[in-house]
Amino acid sequence: METVRVERGTKVSRIFAILAVPAVFALLTMPLWGDPGDMRLIAEMAYYVALAQLWNLLAGYAGLVSVGQQAYVGLGGYALFYLTGVWNMNVYLALLLAAPFAGLISIPVSFAVFRLRGAYFAVGTWVVSEVFALSASLISVLGGGSGLSLTPAILREISPDRSTRDTVLYLMTISISLLVVAVVYLLLRSRHGLALTAIRDSEPASASLGVNTFRTKFIVYIVTAACTGLIGGLIFLQKLRISPEAGFSINDWTVVVIFMVVIGGIGTIEGPFIGMMIFIFLRELFADYGTIYLMMMGAIAIAVMLKAPMGLWGWIIQRYDLQLFPVGRRLALVPTEPASQP
Amino acid sequence: MEWLNTIIQGMLLGGIYALFAIGLSLSFGIMRLVNIAHGDFIVLSAYVSLVVSQGTGLDPFSTLIIVVPAMFVLGYVMQRGLLNATLSGGLLPPLLVTFGISVIIQNGLLQGFGAYTHRLQEGAIETASVRLPGGISIGVYPLLVFAVAILSIGGLQVLFYSTRLGRAFRAVSDDADTAELMGIDNRKLYAVALGIAMIFTAIAGVLFAIRTNFDPAAGPIRLILAFEAVIIGGLGSMWGTLVGGVILGVAQAVGAALNPTWQILAGHIAFLIILIVRPSGLFPRTRD
Amino acid sequence: MTLLQTHDLSAFYGDFQALFDINVSIEEGETIAIIGANGAGKTTFLRAVAGVLEAKPEAIMFDGKPIGGMTPHEIVHLGIALVPEGRRLFQSLSVEENLLLGGHSERPGPWSLKRVYELFPRLEELRRLPAPSLSGGQQQMAAIGRALMSNPRLLLCDELSLGLAPVVIRDIYACLGSITGQGTTVVLVEQDINRALDASARFYCLQEGRLALSAPTKDFDRAALTAAYFGL
Repeated sequence: METVRVERGTKVSRIFAILAVPAVFALLTMPLWGDPGDMRLIAEMAYYVALAQLWNLLAGYAGLVSVGQQAYVGLGGYALFYLTGVWNMNVYLALLLAAPFAGLISIPVSFAVFRLRGAYFAVGTWVVSEVFALSASLISVLGGGSGLSLTPAILREISPDRSTRDTVLYLMTISISLLVVAVVYLLLRSRHGLALTAIRDSEPASASLGVNTFRTKFIVYIVTAACTGLIGGLIFLQKLRISPEAGFSINDWTVVVIFMVVIGGIGTIEGPFIGMMIFIFLRELFADYGTIYLMMMGAIAIAVMLKAPMGLWGWIIQRYDLQLFPVGRRLALVPTEPASQP
Repeated sequence: MEWLNTIIQGMLLGGIYALFAIGLSLSFGIMRLVNIAHGDFIVLSAYVSLVVSQGTGLDPFSTLIIVVPAMFVLGYVMQRGLLNATLSGGLLPPLLVTFGISVIIQNGLLQGFGAYTHRLQEGAIETASVRLPGGISIGVYPLLVFAVAILSIGGLQVLFYSTRLGRAFRAVSDDADTAELMGIDNRKLYAVALGIAMIFTAIAGVLFAIRTNFDPAAGPIRLILAFEAVIIGGLGSMWGTLVGGVILGVAQAVGAALNPTWQILAGHIAFLIILIVRPSGLFPRTRD
Repeated sequence: MTLLQTHDLSAFYGDFQALFDINVSIEEGETIAIIGANGAGKTTFLRAVAGVLEAKPEAIMFDGKPIGGMTPHEIVHLGIALVPEGRRLFQSLSVEENLLLGGHSERPGPWSLKRVYELFPRLEELRRLPAPSLSGGQQQMAAIGRALMSNPRLLLCDELSLGLAPVVIRDIYACLGSITGQGTTVVLVEQDINRALDASARFYCLQEGRLALSAPTKDFDRAALTAAYFGL
């Protein structure tokens, strides 16, 4: 006799979870054995992965392909600089507030952009980001076109000593990024994640089954905006300067993120990790050739979309049914005890 | 009188915005394709004109003889070779492929021409103006651009409503599957459609680059302006796109009159207001 | 001579198999009917012949040549035209523009705008009106006219009677004579079997994607037909 049981993990995912522990440990202890340059690179990789996971949640799961998430990166950054610079707020508190700030702003934004569908939604989100960038350049208290700098006083709040500061910022970036990835993963594993997957697969069908598609997408948009704002604050805390062009740069915060997700595998959690590694690899490899690496990413993204739209990891899933971050539910046949004879 | 002048400048500005929008409107109307690289093709056309000018000594207007056919061929080949494959895959492939093309064009131009700004030189016509009664002075060039916009849209209307090709475009826009069942080669038709869209993109590119400085990164803002004109006017209506361009131009002119740095922002805000208040635009026609 | 022949034609919608090894043979000039209940595969069969669905090249032979898997527009150029289920006229085109669109392939033959208006005089009166403003019966006439404009050797008619009143259906079927009189081969797919059987010399009955019965229509035992239709 066999019965069916719902399983969450797979053998491979369990092995991966075990291997991940020492890897995370190594990351967290890097300040003890790594050099500052490498730490900065790892931190950059971490926040890119976070941004990519967030964009993936929005586009790959909720079906909201936004080309305007850089708006929230900039908003988060500006919130941090404004609160610390103009209101003299504690830097950690200001960073924390960047999240709800971005999240709140995303609410009226959603009223405008949710009117649009598909590619028009995408360009609409872009317009909104441009509005924020232009507005920031016109507001003098935000430094106008040249932007703001973090004062030494603010930096000393983290630590007066440069090396400690680097360590603190590094650990903050790694942990917050991992936290964001964890939040995305847990969300997708939950009931809400199932709803999202249903919406992604067929919006009318899921609506007819009782999924409140509008509210689900709305909530995902706001949560993503808030998290993106937090990461934005974190990014500019380390860059020490913000300007409208840098804060709301579509090239820095959206173009590369989209390429990472698409090439790595949209709609999977593993995908953004792979895409980020490919991006960093190409960028470092072609560092001396200007922006050739961006053209290459573009060409690869095009090729992936045409030949393997599920991305590198999506292709692996199809070939080998491998999942390191299992979000689905599987039916497994399990033998049952034979019923006792009456 | 100052305000009348402002409004008129704004209306004429709408001409170039309408020209920006034609290509976008065509490819969406016929193939439901939103070309994210659209603005970059406008800028690419300007660069092609620049290169032709530098090579042959022709003035920008004359370079159109080469630029227009070149861009037509580019559009045809791109649709046939690349974009047709994206049309059946849902929302993401066309969006991401044109996004990739956009990045490639921008960075390719950057690598090739550097980050310098250029402007095409057409000579005296750029600054000539016509005096009207009431002390209003209108630039000849904006008037010319507006006239080109009207002629372009008028010409397209003739194409759509009085020719075999236009009929096929409209049929494919209504129902692509049935059109194929009637003997229309959809894939070839889409390629011709993008080619025609590129003709107007090329014209817009050369015309805009005579009055405005351009650099490799000038594409995205053009896409946004085109997009705003199309949305304000309503999807699927060519004359609506002209009206949309005019409204955008007037909003910008009014903003600029209040403060020159507010020009583009004023346009964006007008767009967002219309989006919230009347999301399908003023003269919507296309059923999605 | 045999105009259309299918050899073990199977058709799929993704993983779902809609047709199982269908063998059909149609002589030039014949009018045959394909009948069956909803979901039996009749429309799927027409769509496969018209090139909408994938098929092996030799599975569908037209005039002795394999056409399986060709694109729909290539198939129109060879001389097969479809009157789609539900008419599918182009909504933003006028009646006349719809007809002209049907002639896009510019195949030579007896049918022209003038000849179509002779067959359906009512359409000439309505020619400048947008297609959606026509009644169901008029739209059906326009759809037939549109298909005729490509001068097909084989005309595939999918559910001509769908949603139409009996009087209107009668008028439409009355026109079939002029079409077959030109030598056109006609395939009628219908759920309403009486009209189709009255108009055709032979019929095929499909049931759940399989060929259940095929016979001449004259004097055929209706009881046996009903059994095959419902799979009893």
